[in-house]
Amino acid sequence: MSAARKLLILSGIALAVWGMGWGLAYAVFFEHQVLDAMGGQITTGFVGAAQRNLPAAHAALATYAHSEFNYVRQVDVHSHWIGLAMVLIVLGIVLDRVNLDARLRWWLALMLAVGSAVFPLGVTLQTLMAGPLPLALAAVGAGLVIAGMAVAAWGFARAPRPAGEAY
Amino acid sequence: MAESPTIPMSGAATATLAFAPLSATRMLVIGGIALIVAGLVFGDIFAVFVLHQNANRIGERLLAATQAVAAGNSGAVTAEFAAIGDFLENRGTKVDTHVHVIDFGYLALLLAGVQPYIAFDERSKRRLAALFLTGAVMLPVGVFSIHYVGLKYSPLQSIGWASIFADFGGLLVLVAAAGMAAGLVRYARAHQAAATDYPLLAGQSWSGRVLLTGGSLLILAGFIYGAWHSACDLYRLEARESSLLITMADSAAANHLGLASAAVGDYGLLQSERAVKIAAHSHIIEFGLLAMLLALVQPYVYLSERWRRRWTVVLLAGSVILPVCVLLELRFGLVAGGMADFGGLLVAIALLGMLAGVLRHTGRLDAQGAAP
Repeated sequence: MSAARKLLILSGIALAVWGMGWGLAYAVFFEHQVLDAMGGQITTGFVGAAQRNLPAAHAALATYAHSEFNYVRQVDVHSHWIGLAMVLIVLGIVLDRVNLDARLRWWLALMLAVGSAVFPLGVTLQTLMAGPLPLALAAVGAGLVIAGMAVAAWGFARAPRPAGEAY
Repeated sequence: MAESPTIPMSGAATATLAFAPLSATRMLVIGGIALIVAGLVFGDIFAVFVLHQNANRIGERLLAATQAVAAGNSGAVTAEFAAIGDFLENRGTKVDTHVHVIDFGYLALLLAGVQPYIAFDERSKRRLAALFLTGAVMLPVGVFSIHYVGLKYSPLQSIGWASIFADFGGLLVLVAAAGMAAGLVRYARAHQAAATDYPLLAGQSWSGRVLLTGGSLLILAGFIYGAWHSACDLYRLEARESSLLITMADSAAANHLGLASAAVGDYGLLQSERAVKIAAHSHIIEFGLLAMLLALVQPYVYLSERWRRRWTVVLLAGSVILPVCVLLELRFGLVAGGMADFGGLLVAIALLGMLAGVLRHTGRLDAQGAAP
């Protein structure tokens, strides 16, 4: 197994297991409670409006918006880690069909593996801290993944090498 | 678990061994395709019979809630939001069922692809595959049941038996995937630079190449669209949602029901826009991944080259039609929605065609094995 293939498959499986563990832990310990709380917050907002207590209504709706912001990102992180893990594994399996030299394939594997870990990490950090760092991490991760996928698509589309030539 | 011996053999011999009756690879390939077909059909049924009707009911209840706010009736507001929560749970659990069934199908196909790299004996691999498939069925069935079972007889405050069942299914999948990861690590340690002769990697058919190239382009398109959406659109939509909720509450409290009603309408359109954009992003990537996965199983599709090409073209056509028409729903409404459903149907038909080819292959292998 080449180093590039090993990196893609092992990082893919590790990321899939991590993403599943994250999703399972979130579902068991947080999701139901968060959804109940969100339902309570939006109801409180409208009940406040019905009682003509608009400051309380606005505060509850702002809390709801904040909870929804976090919830959407937690679900996104779970699905993106697993989705990107599957892309890593499948590219690892078919790496011999990417018509590029071994060095370029290694860089391709590294870009995809790092990007797939960093992009969802940046998204989840957005729920923990404000400021440009989480956004920058997510943007760099997404950029690496897009660039890696573009190189892979180019490698698949290139004419196959003559039989017998080593990759 | 004992490490499987590495015996040099031809591609055909390895194919027969890897796809032997009740082998892990066969279980995962057939189970994976069956899960994907089930998920696609479920998604189509959900889109046609539940999604739009459910969205309309949520809009009606939200309108009723603003009227209750205007009337100063806090009890009615609470009741309307409880009903909205019920509709959202109905929608959310069905989306989750659809997504998880399909994703587990993809994972099954992927794990079939890495079976030769898992350094355990066949019996252990078969157990892990069975564990994976059990969890892959249990989790979506549990998630689907959440809306109907609720908290009946549950020992917990927020989590019902259906959720517990679903989470246990997720745990089984996780344990199986972790077990296979351990086998991969073991293989990687033992084989530093071995070249493999595995049939999933050996096929160089037209269908395989087109599925790989088409799949990678679909994934790339989905990545680029997702990056654009999160950079230019996501925060705008979130801010707009928050602003519309405040407008609804404020205008209803001031008895401006016309304004509140307009905000409810805009809120419904906003939710549709969000759902459509996320669906387009996720579907184009998932279909790209599916195309690449199906490239791997082409050596197992025992059909003539002409039919394999036909199913390839049908699959890629459906994979483009569905996400593009989902996006066009914002402009052309139900006509585009119908075309999107047609795209999903094309993908499901192509998958069934390829599944038939895989089953023919297994039948042929079994018949060869049974022959005196």
